[in-house]
Amino acid sequence: MRMVMEHQHDSAAVSVAEIRSLLKEVNDPEVPVLSILDLGIVRDIKVVGDTVEVVITPTYSGCPAMDMIRMDIAAVLGRHGYGNARITTVLSPAWTTEWMSQEGKDKLKAYGIAPPNPLQQVCHVRPFQREEAVQCPHCLSYHTSLISEFGSTACKALYRCEDCKEPFDYFKCH
Amino acid sequence: MPESAFLYQYVLHLADDVLILGHRNSEWTGHGPILEQDIAISNIALDLIGQARNFYQYAAQLSTEGGISATEDGLAYLRDGWDFRNCLLTEQANGDWAKTILRQFFFSAHQVDLYERLAKGSDATLAAIGAKAYKEAVYHLRWSSEWVIRLGDGTEESRTRMVRALNELWEFTGEMHAPVPYELWAAGSGIGPDLSLLRLQWEERVRNIFDEAGLAYPSAQWMQTGGKEGRHTEQLGYILAEMQFLQRAYPGCEW
Repeated sequence: MRMVMEHQHDSAAVSVAEIRSLLKEVNDPEVPVLSILDLGIVRDIKVVGDTVEVVITPTYSGCPAMDMIRMDIAAVLGRHGYGNARITTVLSPAWTTEWMSQEGKDKLKAYGIAPPNPLQQVCHVRPFQREEAVQCPHCLSYHTSLISEFGSTACKALYRCEDCKEPFDYFKCH
Repeated sequence: MPESAFLYQYVLHLADDVLILGHRNSEWTGHGPILEQDIAISNIALDLIGQARNFYQYAAQLSTEGGISATEDGLAYLRDGWDFRNCLLTEQANGDWAKTILRQFFFSAHQVDLYERLAKGSDATLAAIGAKAYKEAVYHLRWSSEWVIRLGDGTEESRTRMVRALNELWEFTGEMHAPVPYELWAAGSGIGPDLSLLRLQWEERVRNIFDEAGLAYPSAQWMQTGGKEGRHTEQLGYILAEMQFLQRAYPGCEW
């Protein structure tokens, strides 16, 4: 009996790692350079017997990519023999850009999107207060200015580099 | 009234506020004054409607426990005007950009403190939704504050429009802090805020921004109420007519 339990435990441990590595294939549909692991929205992976559960959290309350992400997770796991995977959503604790991996930040920058600054610089309600030193992902200058607080998705703001003159998206800290 | 009914009404009120304001803001999509601000107001609409979905999902869960079995979509698309519990402010027509901005500012200045309190409250689901949405509300407040200052302290034309918007909207602001029974219950249960305290915070926020914008804080006057108990201005009907048309005409339609 004891051996059986140990065996189950071992296979579950292997499976969690395997599921995690499979999730590297699931990208954010709106920022396709990031996997959902890079983004920090995978909160838990549970394997009980042959049942797999992936727990995710939205970046913003209205993130329209969540349904797509759920379907993509189910599709990737299904292709690898986990057809009965459950994908559940939690809101708490609220997602923060602090959970984005360094690898994710590097990928963003290489893709031309300025990665989020550390949270201690985060926005507060005072008007016209700007985050300091958003770095241009193209020429690496810090001489940049905000064009718009909202960009092509809820998680981004629009900036312009005053040196190389290129506009760029900034993945705003949240 | 049983506690579960108070909670259900309170959650619907929270949901309706952000659905209706989100829908109003979404009317700007494709019509914004400049592209960046079209995107901004559309993103704010998206945040608000996302918040509404979280509240409606909770309301649907409560209704199932209470034996009514409402669904998230049914609550949004199949209730009539007298069942909606949103504040009158949120349903007011967009008007021009100044009026839309000022409406958002008044609401966000309320929402940040409301959600901060929900996040610390004793209902775990509302606390989670509140904590998540609080950060979004802060961002909306900063954005709308800047626009109130920019227009109020801008050109003669922008100032004229901001003052007109203020005259049109002010009478709808008092309702946010005039508690109805389910809000008194929520405050008493440690779920929601004491609105009399929230009102002081709201006034301070508005006064500070008005000072910078060169706008005079209006003197006390009689305020419209009723939305939170289902008595609405005619504006709500126009929203529902458009928002609910598809589900009314083609029940259960999906795409």
